This record gives sequence, C-alpha cells and structure tokens, in this order.
Amino acid sequence: MSSARAVVVGASHAGAQLVTSLRQEGWSGEIVLVGDESVLPYQRPPLSKAYLAGKCSLTELAIRSQDFYLKQGIECLDACVEEIDRSARQVLLSTGDRLSYDALALCTGARPRRLRAAGTQLDGVHYLRRSSDVQRIREDAIPGRRAVIVGGGYIGLETAASLRALGLDVTVLEAADRVLERVTAPEVSAFFTRVHQHEGVDVRTSASVEALVGDHRVREAVLASGELMAADLVIIGVGIEPTTELAEAAGLAVDDGILIDAHARSNDPTIVAAGDCASQDMPRYGRRIRLESVPSAVEQAKVAAATICGTDKEVTALPWFWSDQYDLKLQIAGLNTGYDDIVLSGDPTADRDFTCYYLRKGELIAADCVNRPRDFMTTKRMLGQGTAVDMAALTAEVAV
Amino acid sequence: MAVVTFVSHDGEKHEAPLEEGCSLMQVATNNAIPGIDGDCGGEAACGTCHVIVDPAWADKVGPSGPVEEEMLSMNPERQATSRLSCQIKASESWDGLTVQLPEFQM
Repeated sequence: MSSARAVVVGASHAGAQLVTSLRQEGWSGEIVLVGDESVLPYQRPPLSKAYLAGKCSLTELAIRSQDFYLKQGIECLDACVEEIDRSARQVLLSTGDRLSYDALALCTGARPRRLRAAGTQLDGVHYLRRSSDVQRIREDAIPGRRAVIVGGGYIGLETAASLRALGLDVTVLEAADRVLERVTAPEVSAFFTRVHQHEGVDVRTSASVEALVGDHRVREAVLASGELMAADLVIIGVGIEPTTELAEAAGLAVDDGILIDAHARSNDPTIVAAGDCASQDMPRYGRRIRLESVPSAVEQAKVAAATICGTDKEVTALPWFWSDQYDLKLQIAGLNTGYDDIVLSGDPTADRDFTCYYLRKGELIAADCVNRPRDFMTTKRMLGQGTAVDMAALTAEVAV
Repeated sequence: MAVVTFVSHDGEKHEAPLEEGCSLMQVATNNAIPGIDGDCGGEAACGTCHVIVDPAWADKVGPSGPVEEEMLSMNPERQATSRLSCQIKASESWDGLTVQLPEFQM
C-alpha cells in the first residue's frame, strides 16, 4: 500500500462514486471521505419520493454498505472541512485535526436557494435537501393538513405528489407563468399541471410569495397579489446553489460552481471537483455547464478519480435526468437548451404517456419521455453515440 | 454462504456473497464489481446494471417486468435472459448463480 492519501470532501453521490472509482482505478493509498451528515452516503433522489412517503429507511438508501467501505479500506470521517491549505496540502477539520493530502477532491454539492421572503424561520417551514430535512417534514406531514409548496420545479412537484399520497391538502405556488418553466416545453408543463390538478393539487402559477406569517408556527402565506393562503406547513423548493465557499476561500476559480476542465481538474492540479458544486467544460456542448443531476455527478466522479490516478478520461456521456411523480416516470435525455422546435409523440393533453422531442435547426438535441422508457433509451443511445436521427422514423415507430 | 459470480465481457470472474432481499445490483455495487454502475440507485431508470442471467438459472431468477423490458428492448447487447439487476431481488438459495455482464452499459 502506498502512503499517498486522497481526501474526498463531501459524502455525496459524487463523493461515494469517487472513492469507489479511486480503488477501481488502482489507487492503493489511503482514502478518506469526509462528510457532515453523520450517515453513510445515501441516494438523495428518493428523499422527496419513497423516503418522504415513509416507504424506505435511510439504511436502505445507502449507496454502498458499511461493509463496502471497510473492505475497500475507505475511511468515512464525520466532520466539516473548515479550510483548505493549498500550500501545505492540508485540510483543516471541524474536529481541530489537520489532514494532509496528496490528492483532494471537492464534492461539496449544493444547498437550497433561500426564499427571499419574511417568515421563513417559522416552525413548519422546510427546505428539502438532506435526509434530516425530510425527517422533519415527515413529522409535520399529518393527513388532512394544508401544505403549501413554494416552487413548481421537480422538487416541488415530486413533493406535492408524495404529500397527496400521504393525504394532505396541497397547493403549489409557482412564480413563473407555468410549472417547470426553466426546464421543459410549455406542452410538458401543461401536462404536469393537468396531472397534478387531477390528483387534487391546487396549482397556482404567476403566484409569488411575499411573506410567511404566524406567531411561532407558520399559519399562512401572503402572496404578492395580497391573497392569503392558509398553511400548516410550507416546503420551499426554489432551486439550489453550489456550495463553493471552501473552494473560494482557498483561491480556486469559481463562477457558479468550481471551475473544472473536461478531466474534472480545478485550476490547482492537485484538486479535482465533481457533482452539483462543479461547473465543467463539456466537450459535447463546447461550453461550461453546471449540471444538477446524479448521473452527471457519478460521471464526473469517475473522471475525477481517473485524473487523480493519472488515467486520461473525459466526461463524454450524455446528460440525463429523471423524476417520479404518482405513476409517472419522467426520463430526460440530453439538454434542451436553445431548442427551436418540438415534436410530440402521444398526446400530453389526454394521455399519461408521451414523448416531447426537442430540436434545434432540425436536429434532435433532447427528449422528455413520460412513461416511455423505450423512447428514452433510444434517444439516450442515439444522442450519446452521435448517431444521425431520422425524426420521421422515430416518431412513426413509437406511434404504433 | 451463497455466492453469485459476475462474469465480465472478457471472461473475468468476480464473486460476491448473496444477501437475502438485496437487489443483485446492490450486491454488485457493495462488492465493487466492475461493469455494474447502477447510476439511478435501483429505479429501473438508467439501464446501467444490465446482466445476462445464465440460462440454467433463468427460471429461478424470473423474467423481466414491463418497464424493465422497455428499458432493455433497445439494447444492442440484449439477450433472451437479459435483466436489469436492480430489479432482481437476490435469494440466499441461489448459491452458484452466474450472470454475464455486457461489454457496455447503456
């Protein structure tokens, strides 16, 4: 065993993959994974779904078992990293210890964007990012209570679906004029609005929250229109911000994420980064992008581990995403940024399964697939391999 | 202890203990089996845990479900006994189970 030490900051999806990939790439030295959640790295996507619904335990969500880390000689440390001393190649821990590193990986993730409104400190007001957040939401999620969800993005809508299943009255407040405005076509937004309304969710668009009010505990939300909305609990899902303070304080280049090249290297060659905290040069798109997705975090972590071990790898995989709401499995292949046209397969105004293909200058760039795993896999494979796509054939086949 | 063998595309064998109730994908990731990614954590959403069950075991392990079937249908390495290992609940009575891994996960 070599005496070199790799330190991975953040027991996230990226962190868990990075330590695994280090061993698979042949790192024989020490590996220390530092996390501040007091639990082994766990799957985050089910937090707003199965975990909120009480259908699984945190142990079941562990990305890898305790046994795995023991067998692989990976030390999991429960601490915060307070500071990176790049010249001494050390990290300073909240325990007061200093840990020297030969290679450092930052997988610090992201935190929920705070709602700019009064009253967010009241009891019954929640953000949703960590398992501890969901444990608190679960205590509040009593059937018959009125839940107000601020933000009609994926987290908001997934939470709405889970809370409906638990028997709460649910209202979703979205400031834009449609849900999922930032990420999908209007037709897809209309589909999700229809489904949520059908499931009994009150979906309000162009509705921004001015304040949350209550004595000790939240009682109502005050909308910009002046309307008052009764609320026993409020869940805020208005996006996330990359956790980059540590990198910034250490003088690494940061611009909406730690800047990394296609090999996941920061501007310090001994430091790599991966996951929601990183903004990466993506050869596929010819620009820098910060992705908020598990597959991307995993992909970047594999590349980062290879870079640490001196193997030449780049992120080449197609970005993809998924979201589960009710009986709907939404799978998204590719990024639709800059699309100028869509082609629908199926009828989102009537069905519960359809695909929305996104085109730019006649070329397929992405697809939102609802309950259409076959369309998703086809699109993911073709876009991933850069195969030319015959749209007529694609939509004709799925229309059968 | 019941053992499952994962055989890589180029014939390399990796053994792992079968844990009752765990998915075969979890068994693989908990034992750092190369070639099984399981990016989505077991929701049949990504198709990166594809295995080809030894035909002698196909009846015991069972067939794929409808979503799984659609996920596998476009896979060029798909075979008659292909499964997504996240959808296989392992049983300790399956000692000696062998599954092949494809050359590429999707």
